[in-house]
Amino acid sequence: MQPNVNVISLVSVGRHPQSGRARRAEQDGRAVELGLKLAGKNLTVVHAGNPQEPVLRQYAGMGLSSLTVLEQAQGCDALPALVSFLTENSVNIVLTGVRSENGESSGMLPYLLADQLNWPLVPRVADIVSVSAESAEVLLALPRGQRRSVIVTLPFIASVDNAAQEARQTAFGPGLRADFHVLAMDTVVDEAAHQWKITAAKPRPKRLKVVKAKTAADRMKAATAKPVGSGGKIMKNETPEEKAKAIFDLLLEEKVVR
Amino acid sequence: MSDFSSTARSLNNGVRRDPRNEWIARNRLHPLHDSVMSARQGEVRGPSGLLRKNPHIIGFIGPNGIKRIDRANLSSTELNSKKRTSEAQETLLPLHIVENPDGYIMVVADMVGGRLTRHDKDILGLAHQLATEKAAVAVVLVCFGENKETQFDLAGVDRLIHLAGQEFNGFAPEARLAALEQIETQFYPDYWLFPDSVNGGADLASRLAARLGERPATQAWQVNGTQTICRGASSSVDISRATPRILMLLEECADAIDRTRHQVLPLALDVNVNTKQRLFDQGQIAVDSNAVPLAEAEFILSAGNGIHNWDQFHAAAAALGATEGASRVAVDDGFMPRSRQVGASGTWVTARVYVAVGISGAIQHMQGIGQCDKVVAINTDAGCDMVKRADLAVIADSEEILAELTRLAQQHASLASLEEKSDAA
Ligand SMILES: Cc1cc2nc3c(=O)[nH]c(=O)nc-3n(C[C@H](O)[C@H](O)[C@H](O)COP(=O)(O)OP(=O)(O)OC[C@H]3O[C@@H](n4cnc5c(N)ncnc54)[C@H](O)[C@@H]3O)c2cc1C
Repeated sequence: MQPNVNVISLVSVGRHPQSGRARRAEQDGRAVELGLKLAGKNLTVVHAGNPQEPVLRQYAGMGLSSLTVLEQAQGCDALPALVSFLTENSVNIVLTGVRSENGESSGMLPYLLADQLNWPLVPRVADIVSVSAESAEVLLALPRGQRRSVIVTLPFIASVDNAAQEARQTAFGPGLRADFHVLAMDTVVDEAAHQWKITAAKPRPKRLKVVKAKTAADRMKAATAKPVGSGGKIMKNETPEEKAKAIFDLLLEEKVVR
Repeated sequence: MSDFSSTARSLNNGVRRDPRNEWIARNRLHPLHDSVMSARQGEVRGPSGLLRKNPHIIGFIGPNGIKRIDRANLSSTELNSKKRTSEAQETLLPLHIVENPDGYIMVVADMVGGRLTRHDKDILGLAHQLATEKAAVAVVLVCFGENKETQFDLAGVDRLIHLAGQEFNGFAPEARLAALEQIETQFYPDYWLFPDSVNGGADLASRLAARLGERPATQAWQVNGTQTICRGASSSVDISRATPRILMLLEECADAIDRTRHQVLPLALDVNVNTKQRLFDQGQIAVDSNAVPLAEAEFILSAGNGIHNWDQFHAAAAALGATEGASRVAVDDGFMPRSRQVGASGTWVTARVYVAVGISGAIQHMQGIGQCDKVVAINTDAGCDMVKRADLAVIADSEEILAELTRLAQQHASLASLEEKSDAA
């Protein structure tokens, strides 16, 4: 779109929700897709971790000629490596996923990057509409399918929501042929995480509907009665204009009609 | 003389019987029976002067002529149930008082639509669990923008910081973060609790954690003063760790407060937000409301058997910007696609506002709208179940009301566009 903006997509190793196998992460794939839309061939895709990871070939298979890997051992903190990489290279837009599919899944990485680089951050982006020399217009994905338009100054970090354009299919052969630029980095071991105890997820107990009734008859009633609202307002004898006005006022008050 | 006076005294002291009254009381068919019985309601003395309880006057004669005793008090709750429950809560629930707190727990609520969500209430409940581990800790609710909540006291809010300024409305993470930083320096709370939600809670929490340099617990679902259990790796593992100061909590992490009332005292905060703004909110933009999945839609206009003019219904939905829903009858009759059906065998919706036009409110339909906040009914039948459930019910023909609503919506839209033009000029 704009050849002079430098766009970087950060990618990680995903986890298939059913089999648990490594895969291209859902949101990171969308971040690469959005980056390709913005920068085309000039997109830089960066991974901090093991350069031998086969999943990286799936990202490369989306049509990337090369991929940058900041080499790190298992269990290291990716943040310092990424911060030094981003400060050394002049970058305008950094795209990440909202939450990683592996590890702590805290979703803190974009926020920590933004704080250390002192860049603005836009969370849960559905699309980047336009980019100019100083600013970009982005669409945020709000819950319930709503969208909000925000203008943000360059450079910035955006985390890409599941509402963004789906990642394209990857091609196996081109993925294998892509070059990997492997950069050696100082590694910082994540000490705090070594204190944690990690177990398979326990199913959470479902919350039971507890009826606090004094008598058996009240409990019976609570179990069998039809849902009845708290007794709303009933309009019977007003004119249709007044009735419709009352409904419309309620819609305005609840801000569903704008 | 003395004889006479003594008998007079004995007459005064003794019990006087009225044989006629007793006879009437025994005869249920006597025309005066009711009045005699009700006159005797108070204290009844037997022939020997003992207090008597009459077991026959309780209860009433039911429709089939059989005597009924209403032990569960159903008839009286039916009459003034609303008044009773609210009175009972006001008088029954004890007030939880925190004077001169020496610690604070901040709960930053989502307040979707200006009201506490269930998620927020659960977190307030958790805050009180954490508060009991130390003496005199106040649970403080921090909320931004508009506030329509009237039951902060029942949700467990000891202190309230309500930042209502214009700069906090809409998408304003920078201003909100600056306010939270000020709270941090002024109060230095023991814990910061946020909902781990897409409604802005997780975003604000991550910003605060990054700014304060604290490592937060995310997706936490079991928390006490020492240990926290979080979900990780796309909810496939549990991580047990020491409880940090900043927590983002999943839904149902604790039970909401329901047995106490709280003080809701406002806390003073000197806000002066003048950060350099780099994010500029351009407002929400219109989306195709029918492209939003029915289960997620915020505002649904739903049609039932009481709709006869379908073109008008679609026009009204488009004018109001509502997602269309339907009852099963409307779907079975072929007026709406199956994917639009609301209810037990259709979609369970979570709309904040649900407008049911010509829907009677069968239980299968009601199950589907159990989570809706505000229900509006438009129906010709004032006695139907949907009207009983509705917060606002309009007894009228659907066609007139929809026509009027469409007109109002178009009028509103044209006014808004005029304003925009005059703003631009
Ligand atoms: C196993 C099973 C599953 C079911 N699942 C579902 C389900 O998922 N969803 C569902 O919706 N139903 C479901 N049903 C059907 C349900 O029981 C009812 O039959 C259905 O909901 C009734 O739809 P209705 O309210 O539109 O129609 P009706 O009950 O016919 O009600 C029409 C209403 O419109 C009013 N009306 C009529 N004319 C006008 C007018 N001109 N202006 C205004 N109001 C007017 C009437 O007063 C009446 O209240 C299920 C039933 C079964 C047996």
